[in-house]
Amino acid sequence: MNNIVIVARKEIQEGLRNRWVLATTLLLGALALTLSFLGSAPTGNVGVNQLDVVIVSLSSLTIFLVPLIALLLAHDAIVGEIERGTMLLLISYPIGRRQIIFGKFLGHLAILAFATLFGYGTAAAALAMTGTEIGLASWWAFLAMITSSILLGMVFIAIGYVTSALSSERSTAGGIAIGVWLFFVLIYDMALLGVLVAAEGRPLPTGLLDGLLVLNPTDAYRLLNLGSGEAGALSGLGGIAGHTGLSGPMLVAALIAWIVAPLALTLRIFSRREL
Amino acid sequence: MTAPTVTLSGVAKRYGRIEAVKDVSFELEQGQTVALVGHNGAGKTTLIKLMLGLIRPTQGTVQVLGEDPARGDFAVRQRLGYLPESVSFHMALTGRETLAFYARLKRVDVSDIAGLFERVGLAPAAADRAVRTYSKGMRQRLGLAQALLGSPRVLLLDEPTSGLDPALRRNFYELVSGLRSAGTTILLSSHALTELEDRTDRVIIVNEGVAIADGTLEKLRGIARLPTRISVTLADGARIATPNGGQVAWKAVRNRTFEAEVAPENKISILRDVTADPAAVAALHVVEPTLDELYAHFLGGRGMMR
Repeated sequence: MNNIVIVARKEIQEGLRNRWVLATTLLLGALALTLSFLGSAPTGNVGVNQLDVVIVSLSSLTIFLVPLIALLLAHDAIVGEIERGTMLLLISYPIGRRQIIFGKFLGHLAILAFATLFGYGTAAAALAMTGTEIGLASWWAFLAMITSSILLGMVFIAIGYVTSALSSERSTAGGIAIGVWLFFVLIYDMALLGVLVAAEGRPLPTGLLDGLLVLNPTDAYRLLNLGSGEAGALSGLGGIAGHTGLSGPMLVAALIAWIVAPLALTLRIFSRREL
Repeated sequence: MTAPTVTLSGVAKRYGRIEAVKDVSFELEQGQTVALVGHNGAGKTTLIKLMLGLIRPTQGTVQVLGEDPARGDFAVRQRLGYLPESVSFHMALTGRETLAFYARLKRVDVSDIAGLFERVGLAPAAADRAVRTYSKGMRQRLGLAQALLGSPRVLLLDEPTSGLDPALRRNFYELVSGLRSAGTTILLSSHALTELEDRTDRVIIVNEGVAIADGTLEKLRGIARLPTRISVTLADGARIATPNGGQVAWKAVRNRTFEAEVAPENKISILRDVTADPAAVAALHVVEPTLDELYAHFLGGRGMMR
């Protein structure tokens, strides 16, 4: 068995044992169910496809929750093992540091993907079981939403690894991780809103707006899921989406860049770190 | 004669301004059990990390089984066993899962690990419990079990007996002597000196990053010329023999018990004089200098070697 798979398997085993998998799946599932049934109450059955409403609610939930879960999983990955002393033993084995990081990434990704797929999947399944008619296009949009949520999770797992590789103490890594979350999820958008208000209705140059949206992975995610089609109309983000020149593939590419760059940085920092 | 399994030549390691190891050279032979002795912070752990290839020397070269352990695909680590100081594991996993994880990394057949648990004395019931519930001694045994995975040719054990009770220590040293006869090179670091006696072929004393003494226990005793302590309890009515022109300074310790510290070369003749009349001696103890005393001697700088 490949070293990366061995490490990933151990991470999943640990995640199952300390109930991370169970807790995150239940949390996402419970919130998704609540949102999909409470959220459908005001709209009733007036023409709008119900699954599209669910996609809008769940996307907003993802932006807050998935980065937080990912950072909680990831911030401990390196510094925690160093602090507990397990890293010293691990690197004395015939395994490269690169393989350790990739293995952990694969394991954490599996945990997050499982939680997202089954947590959100219950909402769609419940909706389908209550007899709501759901079009094929909506199913595809739902699947795309789950896939992009997992992508967003990967971004924040990678960012969490950077904080973990940089910090010399677990508590520092945790603090930085919370800061990262606050910045990308709350502060950045408020600042962006501030800029738009200060511009007094004059449209920002498209290039600048595009850049600002892509510089924050949660905005790229938001635009990807809420910016087009039915969801765009429902969420009101269609307006911004119309102004930008960002297409779906470009947003996905931005998210992938947001995964690759922090991972590369983590590898660089970790391989130079002396234990 | 086979090539040495571990060779350090002119090795120095610097962390920023701190020189953890300065110019250390030694070779470890196959089947040798070597004790690396020194204070906390003397550089023992740094030396072990250098031999594992976890850190690179600032100067000099390290060769383990003919390869640089810090380079390449770490193939040499497959034949190395390492027990870190105060070893720790992933708390949520069971002992068996933990050992299986390390076995897979070392490409050792997972079915072999049941035998390892037996060898280090961990009961099968304990092996299926989470490591979180283990006592210090049990963790140390699990640590030893992972070091023994894949029958390594070189074992590096950092403070292996700390936290073990005396029975476990004896058990541990039995295991070590079994490995020694199988040709494994064993390096164990310690500051619990007395228990190393008779269990090591060689002692390397490090202090402030320098190997200040290196040799068999006998050789080091010879260099240090530490006195042997003789204690005699006389039978009723007998008097202490004072030959050699009264050179031996007998000291009365208790009623009829006398002690003297004698130089190694006088030891035999004095013993002969004391025991000339067996009826006069009720008890006799000859205490050779211990490793502790030897260690204190070399650390005191009185007998600098090299």
